[in-house]
Amino acid sequence: MSKKKNDEQQLNPTPDAGQESASLFRKPVSRRDMLRLAGASGVGLLLGGSGAFGIMAATGATKQPASDKPGSPDNVTTGIPDANRYDFYGQHQTGITTPSQNFMCFASFDLTVSDAAGLKSLLQAWTRASASLMAGELLDGQNENLNLPPADTGEAAGLTPSRITITFGAGPSLFDHRFGLAGKKPAGFGDLPPFNGDNLMPEWCGGDLGVQICADDMQVAFHGMRNLIRIARGSAVLRWSQEGFQRSTESDPNKATPRNLMGFKDGTANPSVQDAAMMNEVVWVQPEDGAGWMTGGSYMAVRRIRMRIEVWDRSSLSDQENTFGRYRVSGAPLGSQHEFDRGDMEAKDTSGKPVIPMNSHMRVARGDGKMQILRRPYSYSSGMDNTTGQLDAGLFFISYQRSLEKQFIPMQQRLAQIDALNEYIQHIGSATFACFPGVRQGGYIGDTLL
Amino acid sequence: MKARYTLPAVLLLSSVLFAACGNKEEAQPAANNTQTSPTTAAATDTKAAAPAASAADFKDATEQYRTYAISEIDAFVTETEKFTEAVKAGKMDEAKKLYAPARMHYERIEPIAEALGNLDPDIDARQGDVDDKDWRGFHKIEQGLWEKKTTDGMSEYADRLLQDAKLLRAKVETVDIDAGLLVTGAVELLNEVSSSKVTGEEERYSHTDLYDFVANVEGAQKIYEILKPNLAAKDPALEKQIGEKFEALNKELAPFATKDGGYVTYDKLSKEDVRTLSQNLDALAEPLSQMGTILGV
Repeated sequence: MSKKKNDEQQLNPTPDAGQESASLFRKPVSRRDMLRLAGASGVGLLLGGSGAFGIMAATGATKQPASDKPGSPDNVTTGIPDANRYDFYGQHQTGITTPSQNFMCFASFDLTVSDAAGLKSLLQAWTRASASLMAGELLDGQNENLNLPPADTGEAAGLTPSRITITFGAGPSLFDHRFGLAGKKPAGFGDLPPFNGDNLMPEWCGGDLGVQICADDMQVAFHGMRNLIRIARGSAVLRWSQEGFQRSTESDPNKATPRNLMGFKDGTANPSVQDAAMMNEVVWVQPEDGAGWMTGGSYMAVRRIRMRIEVWDRSSLSDQENTFGRYRVSGAPLGSQHEFDRGDMEAKDTSGKPVIPMNSHMRVARGDGKMQILRRPYSYSSGMDNTTGQLDAGLFFISYQRSLEKQFIPMQQRLAQIDALNEYIQHIGSATFACFPGVRQGGYIGDTLL
Repeated sequence: MKARYTLPAVLLLSSVLFAACGNKEEAQPAANNTQTSPTTAAATDTKAAAPAASAADFKDATEQYRTYAISEIDAFVTETEKFTEAVKAGKMDEAKKLYAPARMHYERIEPIAEALGNLDPDIDARQGDVDDKDWRGFHKIEQGLWEKKTTDGMSEYADRLLQDAKLLRAKVETVDIDAGLLVTGAVELLNEVSSSKVTGEEERYSHTDLYDFVANVEGAQKIYEILKPNLAAKDPALEKQIGEKFEALNKELAPFATKDGGYVTYDKLSKEDVRTLSQNLDALAEPLSQMGTILGV
């Protein structure tokens, strides 16, 4: 929207004034405000300098330059409801126990800087950008200088923060020789071991740094990812990225458990993120877990799981329900009435077979019921598989846990061996990231590690 | 394997479905179901009695299929024995020639093997499907012949493969073949193609995927032909549609046959060939999956 205005201005320069003066006078309101702010805060006159937007950003009062049409809807950037934004700073990173947003963009990076100083300055730049993005502000820097590309790419101008969260983690490869961090690698943290039936493709695996960006608006999420990629240019390159979605909260007034692309509810067995004690038990790394810099952080497991959509679509309802061990419509365990019923694992049908099949996904995933993880998956659709003409779609699985070794890996080993669902899915990608604890004001992402 | 709803399960499922219809018109669908049908009592009876009644209807079909499956497994044991003997004798070329044709007998009746517990992975697992220490069967030997280019160390696997093939022959007598198994088996055969053969992942060393591809399709077509009278009685349009799609797929496969009765290796196929085969396969499998209609509700 603001881009359109700029375009109009650039297309209609005052014939006798030239580009420079058009630039100088094009936003009287905005500039007056800045002068006032500059004076009031005693910073002095920073017209046209990089500080001007710093002030605007710091006040939190503007999201984009005030336009020359006061009161236009583009301009209304104050009063963002609290429900729409999360604080970047805090004890834990957001995007982990945060209720899932509608959309996700995930980016995995390989660092091209060769030392810890380079890594540190990237993380500091990402910290500044993330704080702005989560507040719904334009990225700090030159956004009005006609002679420069704008600091913020602009596609989120005028949009609310849409509950955007940005979650950063370190991949196992970060702890090699390059950055002097080998000694800080947490015990038991590494790439996931091979599981039966894996069909991993290197282009969907690993990464030095992983960033999960979630928001209730796809454009806001993409804007976040894109600007982080841009800031990283020269320091890190994109290794792979994936967009994800789920049903939007607007389209589900009942706030039911979301369904995956197989049509089944996904996440029924998830522990409650409202239960702080449970989150300490399942998700947040505790001081006694070793690697002190990770205390308050969490380990992320990522699996890009392609569904054999065409095969699933032609499977009978009874096959589908026996595969999950649940009814498709209600989500209840087979033989039970309600979604959140525990399910009777001992129940047998008239022919003596277990009502909930021994190899059903729900039964195998639960195991002895002692180990939990916090699942935070999104569906993905990446167009067509050019080889087969079939859909490349499935589940972008993300889970958070205190320990990959004790929680995710044993669960996935069980599933890989006997889960009936394996007939319909294929694990294509895999990554793990040690997600840092939260950042306190004045600190930066990963400062406990560096 | 499936599709045997017990009566309580049907009732429970129905009640769950209707409950999930939620607040609007909650009672109405249920009412429709039980009362607006002119032949309520008869319909309900048929529904409840369907599995029992149908067993007799399908007696011919299941017997025909049992005969077919046993003859394929007999041939499988015979051909596997020739193959394993060639492997043990170190006759590389002969073993390579016998490998894919022997497997075709297995691929035609694969759902039967899958119904027999661990036999399918023992005979047909690819590397990575099972723990490396447990990996044996055809693909282990395939790796030896084509990738490692040797029969050294393969004797043991050849012996076990033949044992497993004979075990399959013995166990097939115990499989409870019912119409449900036939219906799902036909689709599963095509799913096998969809999941691994069409991408060339099944025969990753020998590239003989087309042999498996053709055999899976033949196995599915056999089931379709056996069930054709039942299907024609129930849904003639569907019966016709499936027949046409089989024809279309077989036409797509025909150019890849070689003069010696075999098939070209999968790496000879262009990207377009693979995609066309895959799409024809999906076009067949979708109506084929509707064959369950003959089983009733």
